[in-house]
Amino acid sequence: MAETIPVGHAPEHAHEHHEPGFVAKYLWSTDHKMIAMQYLFTGSAMALLGGFFAYVFRSQLAFPGMSVPGFGLVSPNEYNALITNHGAIMIFWFAMPVLIAAFGNFLIPLMIGADDMAFPKINRLSYQIFLLSVLVLFVSFFVEGGAFGGAWTMYPPLSATAEYNQTPLGTTLFVTAVALEFVAFLMGGINFVVTAMNSRAPGMRMYDIPIVVWMIVLASIIFMASVGPLVAGAVMLLFDHNLGTAFFDPKRGGDPVLWQHLFWFFGHPEVYVVLLPAVGIVAEIITVFARKKLFAYKTVLYTAFGTGVLSFTVWAHHQFIAGIDPRMANVFTITTLLISVPVAEMMFVYIATLYGGSITLETPMLWALSFIATFLIGGVTGIFLGASGTDIYLHDTYFVLAHFHYTFVPIAVIGTFAGVTFWFPKMFGRMLDDRLGKIHFWGTVIPFNLIFIPLFVLGVAGEHRRIWDFTQFPELSAPWMRDLDKLATLSLWVMLSFQIVFLVNFFWSLRRGPKAPKNPWASNTLEWTADSPPPHGNWKELPTVYRGPYEYSVPGREQDYWPQNVPN
Amino acid sequence: MSSARPIATTRSAAGMPTGRLAVWWVIASEIVIFGGIIASYVMYRLAHDAFAESAAHTATWIGATNTFILLTSSLFAVLGHKAAEHGDGPKAARMLHLTALGGLCFLLLKSYEWTMEITHGFTITASTFWSFYYTAAGLHALHVAVGILIMLIVAQTAKRNLELHRVELIGLYWHFVDIVWIFLFPLLYIAK
Repeated sequence: MAETIPVGHAPEHAHEHHEPGFVAKYLWSTDHKMIAMQYLFTGSAMALLGGFFAYVFRSQLAFPGMSVPGFGLVSPNEYNALITNHGAIMIFWFAMPVLIAAFGNFLIPLMIGADDMAFPKINRLSYQIFLLSVLVLFVSFFVEGGAFGGAWTMYPPLSATAEYNQTPLGTTLFVTAVALEFVAFLMGGINFVVTAMNSRAPGMRMYDIPIVVWMIVLASIIFMASVGPLVAGAVMLLFDHNLGTAFFDPKRGGDPVLWQHLFWFFGHPEVYVVLLPAVGIVAEIITVFARKKLFAYKTVLYTAFGTGVLSFTVWAHHQFIAGIDPRMANVFTITTLLISVPVAEMMFVYIATLYGGSITLETPMLWALSFIATFLIGGVTGIFLGASGTDIYLHDTYFVLAHFHYTFVPIAVIGTFAGVTFWFPKMFGRMLDDRLGKIHFWGTVIPFNLIFIPLFVLGVAGEHRRIWDFTQFPELSAPWMRDLDKLATLSLWVMLSFQIVFLVNFFWSLRRGPKAPKNPWASNTLEWTADSPPPHGNWKELPTVYRGPYEYSVPGREQDYWPQNVPN
Repeated sequence: MSSARPIATTRSAAGMPTGRLAVWWVIASEIVIFGGIIASYVMYRLAHDAFAESAAHTATWIGATNTFILLTSSLFAVLGHKAAEHGDGPKAARMLHLTALGGLCFLLLKSYEWTMEITHGFTITASTFWSFYYTAAGLHALHVAVGILIMLIVAQTAKRNLELHRVELIGLYWHFVDIVWIFLFPLLYIAK
C-alpha cells in the first residue's frame, strides 16, 4: 500500500494560479470547508432570529400587554406566528444546518483523510437549495395574512382548511420552505454517507472512523429513512390547502390524525438526527480533554444503531391523547421507554471515559460536560411523557416544553458551542479567548436552567402551551405562577445577552486571536494534521491511517497521544 | 471536465463505485417517500369501502398498457447498460433514447387517461380515492418526466463515449420508477 497519495485535482484548479474573486471564493465554492462555513453562519444567524422570537413571546407571557422593546405589542396572531417560527427555525434552520451540515461538511473529509466530499457540486447545490428555503421562509413573514401560526407541527385543520386557517399564503410558503429544506438535507445526507463509506484514507477501517463521523452518517441515514413519509404528507397537505383535496379533512372522508402519524414518524426520529452529531462532538472532546481512550468505542456505535432503529418505533407517543387504541398506546409506551436505554448507555460510556482521566477544563470540555448533565435531565423527564398514563395529564403543558428544551438545548446550543470552541483553531487558524469563553459558558448554562426548571413546575401546575395571555385564566394567575413566569423570562434575557460575549470573542479572535498551531489540543484525529485553516484539497499529501482515533496515554509512549497517521 | 475531480470522488473503500453507491442511497430515500403515500393509501383503502366504488371507474386497460410500455422501456435501459459495458457509447445512447421514448409514451397515454377522467367529473377533489389517485400517480409521473430529462443528458455524453458509467446509474433509477408503478398499478386500478 502506498504510504501517501498525492492530491490529484489540486493543480488543475484555477485558483491555484490566481486568487479567486469574492463570489468564486465565498459563494460559489465547492470546497467542503467553505460550504461548512456557509451552513455555520446561515444556521447561526437563524438561531439569533429564533432567539429573538423567543425573547418577544416570552416577554409577552411574563408581562402581557407590554410593548416589547424592539418589537412592539404582540397580538394573538403574531404570538402564534412567533412560537411557530421559533420552533421551526430552531429545528430546521439552526440545529440541522449547524450540527449536521456544518460539522458534517467540515469534519467528514478532514477526519477520514479525503480531499473533499465525494460530490462537491451536489454539496454546493444542497447549500443553495437550503438558502432558497431560508428565503422562502423570510418571504412568508411579509405576505398578506402574515406568517404561518399553526405551530411547527403543522397539524391540520389549522394548516389545511381555509375555514380555520387565517394565513393561507404564509402556510403555503412555510410548507414549501420546509420541503425545500428537506431536499437540501437529503442531497447533503447522501453525500455524507457515500463520502464516509467510500472516500476513507488508505488503512482506515470501519472501527478507525472517529465517533463524530459515524454519528453524522447515522444521523443522515435516520433522516433519509424517516423524512419520506413527511415529504409525501407535505405534498398531501399542500394539495389539501391549495387544490381542495381532503386527505386530512374529516368532514369529507379524510383524517387529521394521519398527518400526526406522518409528521411524527419523521418528527421523533428527527430528535435523534440532531442528537447523534452532538453526542459525537462530545465524544471527541471528552477523550481529548480527559487524555483517555474512549471507554467503549464499539458500544457507543452499537447503541447509536440501536437508537436509530428504536427511533422509528416511538412516534405514536405524540398521539396518546389523539384517540389511539389504548393497546397501541401500551406498545408505544414500551418502545418509548426502551429508547432511553441506549441513549443512557452512551452517557454512561462518557462518564466511564472521564473516570480516572487527567481532565483539564478548557472551554470545549466545559460545554461537553454540561451536555451530559443537562441532557440527562432532559432524558429523565422524558420518562414521564413516554408513559401514556402520566402523559395524558402532562400533554401539551409547559412540562413537555421544558422537557424538550432540556434535550434540544444541550443538543443544539451546547453541542454547537462545544464543537465551535473545539474546532475553531482548525476552522479559522486562530485561538479563541478561553476567559471570555468561560464567562460565556456560565452566562449561558446558569440562566438556561433558570428558564426551564420553573417551566417544569408551571407545567405540572397545569399551565398549557400555546396560550397568548395566562392572566385571562384565573387558575393560571396565582402570584407564584406569575413570578415563576417572570423568572423564566428574565433568565432568558440574561442568557441571550451573554451571547454577545460569544459574538465578541468569535469575531475578535477571528481577526486578532493568537495564531493556532496545527494541533493545539494534542488530538489524534486526522483533521489536526492539516494546516490551520486547511487549504483547498486539505493536505499536500493525503494521509494514511494506522490505528483508531482514541489512543491517548498509551503506556510506554513518550507522548500521551498517538495520531492516527503516525506509523508507530 | 473530468480532470478536476477530487480523490474523494474516485476512491472506493466500500468496493462499490461512488456513483452507484449514491444512486442506491437516492433510491432508498425515494422508497420511503413513495412508501409514505402508499401506506397512507392502504390504510384509507382498508377503512373505507367507498374506495372500491371509485376505483371501478379507473381505466384498467390504459393502466395495463402503460405497465407494458414502462416494462419495455426498462428492457431498453438494460440493453443500453450492456452496450455501455462493451464500450459502445453510440449504441448505449440509442438505447437510452428508446427508453426515453417509452417514458414519453407513458406520459402521453397518462395525459389522455387523465383528460378523459377529468371530463367525466373524476377530478382530484371528487373523493379521497381520486385525491390519492392523482397525487400518487402524479408524483410517479413527475419521476418519469425527470428521468426522461436526465436520460437525454446522459445519452448526450454517452454518444461521445464519455461518462459511460452514467448509463448504468440512470438505468438503476429507471428500474426504480418502474417498480413503483408495479405497486401503484394494482393498488389504484385492479384492487376494486
